[in-house]
Amino acid sequence: MTYRWNFASVFDNWQALAMGLAGTLKLSIVCLILGLSLGLLVGFGRRARRAPIRWLSTAFVEFFRNTPVLIQILWFYFALPMIAPIEVSPFLAAVLGITLNAAAYSSEIYRGGIQSIEPGQTEAARAIGMSGLQTLRRIVIPQAVRRILPALTNRGIEIVKTSTLASVVAYVELMQQGKLIASLNFNPIEAYTVVGVMFMLLLYPFVRATYAIERRLARSD
Amino acid sequence: MKVPVLRLSGLGKRFGSNTIFSGVDLDVLPGDRIAILGASGSGKSTLLRCINFLEHPDEGRIEVGGQLIGHVTGPNGPAVVRYDERELNQLRQRIGMVFQQFNLFPHMTAIANVMEGLVTVRRLAKPEARSKALEQLSRVGLADKADAYPAHLSGGQKQRVAIARALAMEPEILLFDEPTSSLDPALVGEVLGVIEALANEGRTMLLVTHEIGFAYHMATRVVFIANGGIYESGTPDEVLKSPKRALTQQFVADHRRFQF
Repeated sequence: MTYRWNFASVFDNWQALAMGLAGTLKLSIVCLILGLSLGLLVGFGRRARRAPIRWLSTAFVEFFRNTPVLIQILWFYFALPMIAPIEVSPFLAAVLGITLNAAAYSSEIYRGGIQSIEPGQTEAARAIGMSGLQTLRRIVIPQAVRRILPALTNRGIEIVKTSTLASVVAYVELMQQGKLIASLNFNPIEAYTVVGVMFMLLLYPFVRATYAIERRLARSD
Repeated sequence: MKVPVLRLSGLGKRFGSNTIFSGVDLDVLPGDRIAILGASGSGKSTLLRCINFLEHPDEGRIEVGGQLIGHVTGPNGPAVVRYDERELNQLRQRIGMVFQQFNLFPHMTAIANVMEGLVTVRRLAKPEARSKALEQLSRVGLADKADAYPAHLSGGQKQRVAIARALAMEPEILLFDEPTSSLDPALVGEVLGVIEALANEGRTMLLVTHEIGFAYHMATRVVFIANGGIYESGTPDEVLKSPKRALTQQFVADHRRFQF
């Protein structure tokens, strides 16, 4: 028995795929920016001088790191409107679930990166009169980013792929559109294959870009 | 009489229940070059680090240029000095520090290291900061290494860049924390040469070192730290040639064993 691949039925729906691509891009970019920035804050929170900030940050990380994103998205979509007087769109539910999860994971990466910078670096910066904030911005973070870039790249890729989970609340992105095409044309194998390849094509240039940044940052070695 | 550029009175530092030193009194006059000697772990580096508040002293006072750093609180009970971060940031610009491990910023070129304080702290325009930084690099003989990253410099060169970085802020006092202790013996000379040139300019400096011979020739005063405080102090001749107290005599004898 030979299977007859029928990609034409997928490509006929290129407009639906284009809409999905737009949705994936929008969701991914928002989650990348919010998730990785919030992660930096939480990472610092775990090193805060005040104990309550440390506890809160740790609780945040452990809660969102140890619950499935899929359930978080469902929960934000269905349960949140029942306990708070807000309307939650599929987009918002997905952003909340993915962002908070990404923040929890990336905060650990940031924390490790910041901890790995020798105390002598901070001391040297403070000794020429730099403030704590200036020291972070000019001395600690640039060096930490260099060390954590590969790990952060991994996280970024993961965030983009996790955006497929937004299909569970029918947010229009690539996975959702793939499902739609598959259910209309009975061609799930082809539809999901195309969606998978589209992710590959989307992410590979992104990865190449981070390699280029790594090379640029390695100039001082 | 000259006003001390730096005055420590009753200075003390503890880590937990462990007293590092206490009751340290020291007046530093303009142009003084004070060598701080002592066994490893005697607290001499910690004392130096208290002067620019990389460590906060637990007791006593520090005056710079006749002005008390921090403000005294607690009218009832023992007086406690509280420190304000902004004041300390200002103060550290007036006190240059050179570290044992150089602590150059590895992601910046030599000249960017020297410019960093001028640009970020002093807010000088880049071209102005650059020319000032180049001046300092020339002074330590490294103008030709301006665009090299620290990873491409020898230990001695790194330490000279670190000295240039401290000098760029035009500090009133220079602190050297064992500046040659992590260098190959062959590279010690170039760093000591730079420090000697600064001494000849009449700069005020405090130097924690194990180079006892260098301390003898360079210092105007030698302070020997032991038993959690200043154990003996005086001119280099007094402390190093004819020490009066037992631990100082022992220390000097240990360090002269292999000299020829």
